[in-house]
Amino acid sequence: MASLLSRFRAAHHLIRRLSERRAVPLNLNQNPTSNLLPLSSSPVPATFNGVWNQNSHSMSTETQGGLQHPDICTDQVLDFPGGPVLLTSEMSFISESARQRTSCYRVLDDDGLPVTDKSFQEVGKELALNMYSNMVTLQIMDTIFYEAQRQGRISFYLTSIGEEAINIASAAALTIHDVIFPQYREPGILLWRGFTLQEFANQCFGNKDDYGKGRQMPIHYGSRSLNYFTVSSTIATQIPNAVGAAYSLKMDNKQACTVTYFGDGATSEGDFHGALNFAAVTEVPVLFICRNNGWAISTPTSEQFRSDGVVVKGPAYGIRSIRVDGNDALAVYHAVSVAREMAIKESRPILIEALTYRVSHHSTSDDSTKYRPVEEIEHWRTVRDPTSRFRKWLDRNGWWTDKEESELRSEVRKKVLHAIQAAERQEKPSVADLFTDTMPAFPPPANDIGDGDAASTPQILC
Amino acid sequence: MRSITMVQKLGKVLTNTRRFSSANSISSKPINLFSAINQALDLALDTDPRSYIFGEDVRFGGVFRCTMGLADKYGKHRVFNTPLCEQGIVGFGIGLAAMGNRAIAEIQFADYIFPAFDQIVNEAAKFRYRSGNQFNCGGLTVRAPYGAVGHGGHYHSQSPEAFFCHVPGLKVVIPRGPKQAKGLLLSCIRDPNPIVFFEPKWLYRLAVEEVPEDDYMFPLSQAEVIREGSDITLVGWGAQLQVMEQACVDAAQEGISCELIDLRTLVPWDKETVEASVRKTGRLLVSHEAPITGGFGAEISASIVERCFLRLEAPIARVCGLDTPFPLVFEPFYMPTKNKILDAIKATVNY
Ligand SMILES: Cc1ncc(C[n+]2csc(CCOP(=O)(O)OP(=O)(O)O)c2C)c(N)n1
Ligand SMILES: [Mg+2]
Repeated sequence: MASLLSRFRAAHHLIRRLSERRAVPLNLNQNPTSNLLPLSSSPVPATFNGVWNQNSHSMSTETQGGLQHPDICTDQVLDFPGGPVLLTSEMSFISESARQRTSCYRVLDDDGLPVTDKSFQEVGKELALNMYSNMVTLQIMDTIFYEAQRQGRISFYLTSIGEEAINIASAAALTIHDVIFPQYREPGILLWRGFTLQEFANQCFGNKDDYGKGRQMPIHYGSRSLNYFTVSSTIATQIPNAVGAAYSLKMDNKQACTVTYFGDGATSEGDFHGALNFAAVTEVPVLFICRNNGWAISTPTSEQFRSDGVVVKGPAYGIRSIRVDGNDALAVYHAVSVAREMAIKESRPILIEALTYRVSHHSTSDDSTKYRPVEEIEHWRTVRDPTSRFRKWLDRNGWWTDKEESELRSEVRKKVLHAIQAAERQEKPSVADLFTDTMPAFPPPANDIGDGDAASTPQILC
Repeated sequence: MRSITMVQKLGKVLTNTRRFSSANSISSKPINLFSAINQALDLALDTDPRSYIFGEDVRFGGVFRCTMGLADKYGKHRVFNTPLCEQGIVGFGIGLAAMGNRAIAEIQFADYIFPAFDQIVNEAAKFRYRSGNQFNCGGLTVRAPYGAVGHGGHYHSQSPEAFFCHVPGLKVVIPRGPKQAKGLLLSCIRDPNPIVFFEPKWLYRLAVEEVPEDDYMFPLSQAEVIREGSDITLVGWGAQLQVMEQACVDAAQEGISCELIDLRTLVPWDKETVEASVRKTGRLLVSHEAPITGGFGAEISASIVERCFLRLEAPIARVCGLDTPFPLVFEPFYMPTKNKILDAIKATVNY
């Protein structure tokens, strides 16, 4: 009895403390549904093609959805696991959607103009030029590799066109000690970390210099020395893997986090939900970076989920979250750096939803004009292109010239072509690698393969 | 990331149970199966600071008491509860193992391993292969109680081992009793490959035997002849061996000499030991609780026919679970019972 009473008092006390902390306490008595929508409110549009208004690039790191309550009626409290819950005689359902969609953090507008007068200090000239040249390199590599597939030289390819800012700017905000668990549309992180064009080409050709020994389709890169776990085709499986790896970093007191990338489609998989929940409960330093590019092959996000995108799912799991303009390299850079700091210092997961668009077809096996208007693609390819937007900002700062641009482009083009030629000439991996690196459930035959007397042939030994 | 290497020096590798017992100088105590598992887990945590145990309800000791006392002894960061999500448990375990840790994941019942099937089959099994050996999750061991328990119905009784035997890159291990469980589990935890370890839950409390108190391991992929005989070879694993042993005793009373083999590791399995036995007896019977169709008995049968066709004196007999969901009130009809085995022994010998 005494302990019940003291628990009740503790709850009471907590409620008071929380109500004092809030700048504008809500008064449920005057407006019982002040943070709720009337049930007749119109739903939030499911696409994000509108303009995002964000007139400041200041970042708030306050957690969303803290306990909201009035500073009265404190005796109407249910002491319940997870904290005290206010009791109310007003029956109201939480709306399925917020009155407004979660706003999106941006630094540069579509013309590369900073959206506020405050100067953006975080990215200086050297870093900016490095980021830009990596974005250009990624675009050129993608374009030429795509062509190589069209010519039948490699079996498959998939580009990151339109998502260069997410790729490069997020990579730039991390350190090499941060461990990457990628989906497949993030080769820019590897590029940033020093994976050479030759190494990319070797993987796509599956030659003997491919670290994956020719075992996976093109674009399934991986590099141990660059802390980049090998891509798996299976959507979303890497997300809980990143959580377990983050637990290891935490136990080892490393000043690093894991970072896992995935698409909007991937967020429908159970692995995504399980991973967010595990990360929240185990309090591990992991960044969940969702590239919401509007499409999962031919499925638009309106058929993928009915929530306000992905960002709103974070708080439901108790995860601090932010939505960022994925085509704004500076916004991505800034959000990821701050998220990384918080993740490591506070040992907590952070969810970042980057709004972007898959400008390319899903892959070389897809023709996206069959399911989406060409004008939509063109709009994002031109008006919203993250690379030229960033270039405009560089131009404004007087950091980059047309001459440097054309030199960079022709040099990269030459290197990519050379890498392809060299990779194409290189031999295939040894056939012995058919059997290595997997525990031999049925050991390979002692005889050479192909001489017709393999172990699978029934042998009469008795 | 650290790489996992075999820690042979930690525990003696025992090659044969019998030889070990006869040369017994180490103290041992009669304990049941869950206590033997508990001892193995305790040793695993004690001998490697990079080992972790996690799963549903493991912190208070687990619903079968296998992790009892471990969180108190090693701390809640090394022995911890997870949310109720099997794909999360294994997905997390793979990531943890991939960073150079021994990740010991518990799935509360083998019947509930299927949400994690994708992580086990597509990720764990192929992790090393698809990265060209740049990465591996060899430190992962997934433990799960399997099999009949007398009243479990179809969601607390299944034997799903065959699903995992079909996946190159995984090992599948099943112990038959407390002493085996301790030695085999330690081998699994320290083996550099991902392993699924199924524990016969019927025996958690029932099976009691002398178990050495020290750190020892039994080799994987080595079957053990637990009863020698000359007329017919019987192969099984896990809880089924007790039933088979009784059938062997009854057969002996009718003048039939049975050789009984515990396969112990299902993949990669010890074909040589089975083959040598069948060459001697000329007859083979395989028995398991899982449904007969597509069960691992079919694999053993096919392999032995390939190897010993001319030596076989009768068709290979399979005494297995029925091709039905695991029943509740009719469990005794479903099970590959002693009498069914005995009948099959006689039919095979008199073929
Ligand atoms: C588990 C699984 N289901 C289906 C597929 C086939 N598939 C490959 S990519 C893809 C769409 C993924 O979309 P999204 O996550 O949005 O990533 P994006 O391609 O847009 O970058 C699908 C369905 C798969 N690879 N894995
Ligand atoms: Mg997508």
